[in-house]
Amino acid sequence: MTTADLKTPVTPNLPGSNQAGAAQRFAQGFIRSVVPVLLALIVSGLVMLAIGASPLEFFAGVWKYGITGSNWQRSLSLMAPLLIVAVGLIVAFRGQLWNLGYNGQYLLGAVVASGLGPILFDVMPAFLATLVIFVVAVLTGAVWSLIPAILKARYGTNEIITSLVMSFIAVGVVNLLIKGVFKDPGTSTPQTAVIPDSDLLPYIPGTEIHIGFVIAIVLAVVAQYVFSRTSFGLRVDIFGASPKAARHVGLNSTWMVILLFALSSGLIAFAGSVDILGQFSYQRADWDPRYGDAVMPLVFLARFRPVAAIPFVAFYAVLATGGTLAAQQAGLNVDFLLVIVGLILLFMTITEYIGDRRRLGQSYLPPGLKRTVLQPFRRASERNSA
Amino acid sequence: MTTTATTDVISLRDITKAFPGVIANDRVSLDIVGGQVHCLLGENGAGKSTLISILAGMQQPDSGSIAIGGKTVDISSPKVAVDYGIGVVHQHSTLVPAFTVLENLMLGDTGVLQNKKQAAERLEELADLLGVQIDPHALTSDLGLGQQQQVEIAKAMWKGSRLLVLDEPTSMLTPQAIEHLGESIARVKAQGLAVVLITHKLREAYAMGDCVTILRGGRNVGHIGVDELASYSEKQAQDAILSAMFGDDLGAAGSDPTAADLEEAAELAGATEATRETRAIDFETRPVRLELRGVTSRAGGRDIEAEDVTLTVHEGEILGIAGIDGHGQAALAEVVAGQRSAVSGTVLFDGVDITRSGVRGRQQLGVRYVTDDRLHEGTVGSMSVALNLVIKRIGQKPFWKAGRIQQKAVDAEATRLIDEYGIRTPSAATRAGTLSGGNIQKILLARELTNGARLVVVNKPTYGLDLKTVHLVREILIEFAAQGGSVLLLSTDLDELIELSHRIEVISRGSLVGGVVNDGAGTAEKVGHYMTGAIEGTD
Repeated sequence: MTTADLKTPVTPNLPGSNQAGAAQRFAQGFIRSVVPVLLALIVSGLVMLAIGASPLEFFAGVWKYGITGSNWQRSLSLMAPLLIVAVGLIVAFRGQLWNLGYNGQYLLGAVVASGLGPILFDVMPAFLATLVIFVVAVLTGAVWSLIPAILKARYGTNEIITSLVMSFIAVGVVNLLIKGVFKDPGTSTPQTAVIPDSDLLPYIPGTEIHIGFVIAIVLAVVAQYVFSRTSFGLRVDIFGASPKAARHVGLNSTWMVILLFALSSGLIAFAGSVDILGQFSYQRADWDPRYGDAVMPLVFLARFRPVAAIPFVAFYAVLATGGTLAAQQAGLNVDFLLVIVGLILLFMTITEYIGDRRRLGQSYLPPGLKRTVLQPFRRASERNSA
Repeated sequence: MTTTATTDVISLRDITKAFPGVIANDRVSLDIVGGQVHCLLGENGAGKSTLISILAGMQQPDSGSIAIGGKTVDISSPKVAVDYGIGVVHQHSTLVPAFTVLENLMLGDTGVLQNKKQAAERLEELADLLGVQIDPHALTSDLGLGQQQQVEIAKAMWKGSRLLVLDEPTSMLTPQAIEHLGESIARVKAQGLAVVLITHKLREAYAMGDCVTILRGGRNVGHIGVDELASYSEKQAQDAILSAMFGDDLGAAGSDPTAADLEEAAELAGATEATRETRAIDFETRPVRLELRGVTSRAGGRDIEAEDVTLTVHEGEILGIAGIDGHGQAALAEVVAGQRSAVSGTVLFDGVDITRSGVRGRQQLGVRYVTDDRLHEGTVGSMSVALNLVIKRIGQKPFWKAGRIQQKAVDAEATRLIDEYGIRTPSAATRAGTLSGGNIQKILLARELTNGARLVVVNKPTYGLDLKTVHLVREILIEFAAQGGSVLLLSTDLDELIELSHRIEVISRGSLVGGVVNDGAGTAEKVGHYMTGAIEGTD
């Protein structure tokens, strides 16, 4: 994580603004982002000890299977869908729209690739077929988000609930498709036909990392530029900061809600199609990697800055890649990874709360409690002075 | 439940309360005596509200003590304050509109079962004391503001009161309702209760108060005792209060305040009757700039909408819209600015129908809007002053080219406006939300009044500002009109309307109920008459 990444402010700073303030803000942001992760790792270690597993063995395993040898390449491959999901979430979250339908949107994009892939790759060049799949995946995701978006824009319906419900429906639809029209007749298990390796996304030369990783990094950088330097980014930020202000400056909030939801959902669906074409090559029914659940706390840690999300996603990708094997070796369930994510969320909230209290110059203790605690000391000092 | 009025003195000693970056109360001491009306005067930000919230148990002082009848007490929560008989009537209504009067009064009751009979008896007792008639079963939303305030006072005294605190009680009332309030306060005082009256209008302090304490910058800078105030003539009292209120700000360094300075300060502090300060214009010769014909607005929210509004604003004219807060002013302002759509009627600007055009289209024609919600609507607090100054021109040249922000052009424009309007900010890159209310209002004025402004809608332009900025804002508006600009001024401050407007229309429940040409004395009464007639019925 370079300094320049995080310093790119939401509102462009003017030349000559006080550098000390900027440095201090950066330091504060850094502490607030990294401390929760460290605390989560420490506490998860304690939890491991408590249930009789060895934290050292686990973290050594994470290092071994996530980074050493050629394992780092598997981690980077995992980064591709995670980072695209992160950018998708950031697009919506910056506009204060809480798109929680990411699991369904991801699976929809995935099923477009795994379902259409075997058909399209037979009839057209791989390059063209890939392009068509990507476009259809993005459109599917965007269309799926229309119902929550329109309900939100038109009636102010809580988008958290509607997008979640749409996500459940999407999961069902995807399973129906895999068990129905997209099912590979050649196998008995409900899954789609395997796309041959030659039709999958190419590797970065000299590695086994598919180019989805490059696409993801480019997307993050472009998104960062759009948010920090263009009029569209400023409009999104105004809309996110205050819908009232957005209306005041003449933004069409209905259009904004629909657009941001469509972009967000389209990107997340895109992540699904990239993952299938880059990594999995087929899709089984009831398969759901739930990337969004893990990525969500990370985008908050990155303060909704796409470039700042890169190191956090990289961290999680290593943890997830290495952690799966490491957990088995250390005698833990694979779901323990989600415990660590949960702990990050918890400590993030606590760090944020304490940080806010400190910035407001208030005490950590509620005033009543503080007085009660200090009462005996005060009496003692009064006696002394008397 | 009995009235536990006592003559115990409530004494505040060396109350200090600091917030980050500001000391709201700096060793403030004062005694509140039963049977007296104690006026607390001071500008916005002088520390009046903080002192009151400490008395009401909503904030705890950093140091200092409060004693009732010589016994030190610790008011650690609003409940404790109520138990000590301290009742506060806040500036803005705290009543639940969908509840009846009686239900509102019983909100704080702790028993398991509602005891309506006892409550009704208590209300009768209090109504008697206040000298008013309150229907216990009326919905509070159906009451006029004057009556709502009486209910608030009854609520504050519900548990038996020792001290009644009224926070700017007259700011929302018509001249007629202020008189009623004065009578009620006198009766409460006669019962031996202490009353603290917060105001920034000197007139009221002199008329209603027995003694006066003046706060400035968090400090107690002056006190006029009971005997002293009684011995003063109105003029003497004014001068004494004003010099305490403004201190060194009056006149040049060291010298005695000049007569002119005093007069200006007096006017700002609402000591004198307001008179119009704008130059007269001849409506006949001035072309009509804005015309609304039977405009009705719809936004789908719970706001009161503009209903069938017809009005005209001429070139160089300031048209005032008087009315109680929340009677459709926001809807009217937004329908002119283009933020809210009109379901019927037409909006004409320079003779051109602009009913269908949006905010940005009207902005380019020269229709501007200074909203009353400076912090959340008018500015984006987390963004820089510079961005806030160009926020209405996003994507336009020279600030954006091909969608990309041109930082130099934005900076240049920001520097120019900061200089021209005297916006006090550490730099153009400072976040707007960190500035004071007055400087934020200057950002709004600078943004709206430049680059081809022809008509500006201003909603409560001086609400919550310090007196110097109030004066400056009014000067800016007068100057804008003198240059041929048109102003639609929506305000709840009658003095302000009389000072600035050529004509005043009165709005009530979204409709215009009457108009007065502002030429000479008696305007306030005429406007007040329309307001009362429309709101409280004909009594």
